[in-house]
Amino acid sequence: MVASDRKYTKDHEWVLAEGESATVGVTEYAAHELGDVVFLELPEVGTVVAQGEAVGTIETVKSVEDLFSPVGGEIIAVNEAVLDAPETVNQDPLEAGWLFKVRIEDRSEMDDLLSADDYDALIGG
Amino acid sequence: MTTHDDTPLRSTPLTAWHRDHGARMVPFAGFEMPVQYRGVLAEHAAVRERVGLFDITHMGEILAAGPGVEAWLDGLCTNRVSGLPDGKVVYTAMCRPDGGVLDDMLIYRLGREDWMIVCNASNHDKIAAWVAGRAAGVAGVALDDASDRTAMIAVQGPEAAALTGRLAALRGSADALDALEFYTAFALPRPGGRWIVSRTGYTGERGYELYVPNADALPLWEELLALGGDLGVEPIGLAARDTLRFEPAYCLYGHELSEDWTPLEAGIGWAVRLKDRDFVGREALQRQKDAGPPRRLVGLEVAAPDAAGRDRPAPIARQGAPVFCGDAPAGFVTSGTKSPTLGRSLALALVDAGCDTSRLTVEIRDRRHPVRVVPYPFLEARVKGDPRAAR
Repeated sequence: MVASDRKYTKDHEWVLAEGESATVGVTEYAAHELGDVVFLELPEVGTVVAQGEAVGTIETVKSVEDLFSPVGGEIIAVNEAVLDAPETVNQDPLEAGWLFKVRIEDRSEMDDLLSADDYDALIGG
Repeated sequence: MTTHDDTPLRSTPLTAWHRDHGARMVPFAGFEMPVQYRGVLAEHAAVRERVGLFDITHMGEILAAGPGVEAWLDGLCTNRVSGLPDGKVVYTAMCRPDGGVLDDMLIYRLGREDWMIVCNASNHDKIAAWVAGRAAGVAGVALDDASDRTAMIAVQGPEAAALTGRLAALRGSADALDALEFYTAFALPRPGGRWIVSRTGYTGERGYELYVPNADALPLWEELLALGGDLGVEPIGLAARDTLRFEPAYCLYGHELSEDWTPLEAGIGWAVRLKDRDFVGREALQRQKDAGPPRRLVGLEVAAPDAAGRDRPAPIARQGAPVFCGDAPAGFVTSGTKSPTLGRSLALALVDAGCDTSRLTVEIRDRRHPVRVVPYPFLEARVKGDPRAAR
């Protein structure tokens, strides 16, 4: 069962809304499927992004995948620590391995996201 | 599993075992092969620190027998194979007349008139046809493509000798195994057909490659796993095989080697012997050597220093990434990865021989990154002398 305190995307990202800020990371499922993360490109703080926009990349020994912003708004923080230690994404994807925070522009966009139950079903949990 | 063109993928005697043991299976050179089990980094470390097993049955084995093989085969190989003592193994390329590389391979002289050509799976059909064509009408050369009936298991790592020595089939051959030097091999008669025990590998570690009849592969694999529990043995997928070969900068066909450039450009000039011999491609290679190869293989490190000049994790420059010298195109990356042992983003690249390597950049996802030229092998192969020698 996936963590029930947050919402999910079909791109295997999680979104934890706290007030007007949404913290974004990749799911445990994604961290496992991707394999060892070796490099991340994250958006610049201050960038304004649209819902679903590609904002960065996550690179493993095997492949490079896009990171998307699950909601639109201004990037208000990025996790500098994971840039120096990308393996954190594999070790602790839900907490220390968070990637960036967005100031939510339109709260209704949160309704487009998957519930924990829906995401669990998506990954066959 | 099928490939995109719906040709059924071929299996090995171990395919079912791989699936049953959690391997992620991928199509590779027409075979369904395990790309990883526990994870690339864990498997890579297992081979560097302990011992790993590889199913490399997809490799091609072509036997050549007869009194004419020695001279005939020498005429196809860039490296000298005539005059080899029995039991010796040689790394070579075979080239087209224009010097383009058809494949790189190992040549075994198992006996006076008993030879084996071990080629890449991806080039097996091409090489089988090439040698058959070249053998037509040549007296004293009988070819026998044994690929479909031969399985191949590699045992690689610091504990490879200890593990291989425990095999029941090798109990009577302890002296032969101990005496086996790097790039030598011996044949072992077995009830189901001979085994070939070869001290070779593609990891930079001490190790062995075992050629056995298909029916012996699964029992051998399971015996190695059972005997090596205390040594920390584990199966290794193709992904780690690639990172393991990359660190000592062993060429991989389709990456560093191609029909579109020569072995001299690819940095395996040491396997091209031009003096006092003739072989397909010799004239072209001699001309290129005299003029100076137009391109050369260089080692690169992608640099990502922060404002304080401290290196941060850098993106990987993958195969095909364009390399620039100043603003001018200078070549392309042939292989690149984050070296699991060294923790650095390293690449091999084929660049114009004349370019100023202090001004190189590599383009990754539309962005130019500065690179440093670094010598390769990135990691010295641990294959000669004391296998536990410090790195």
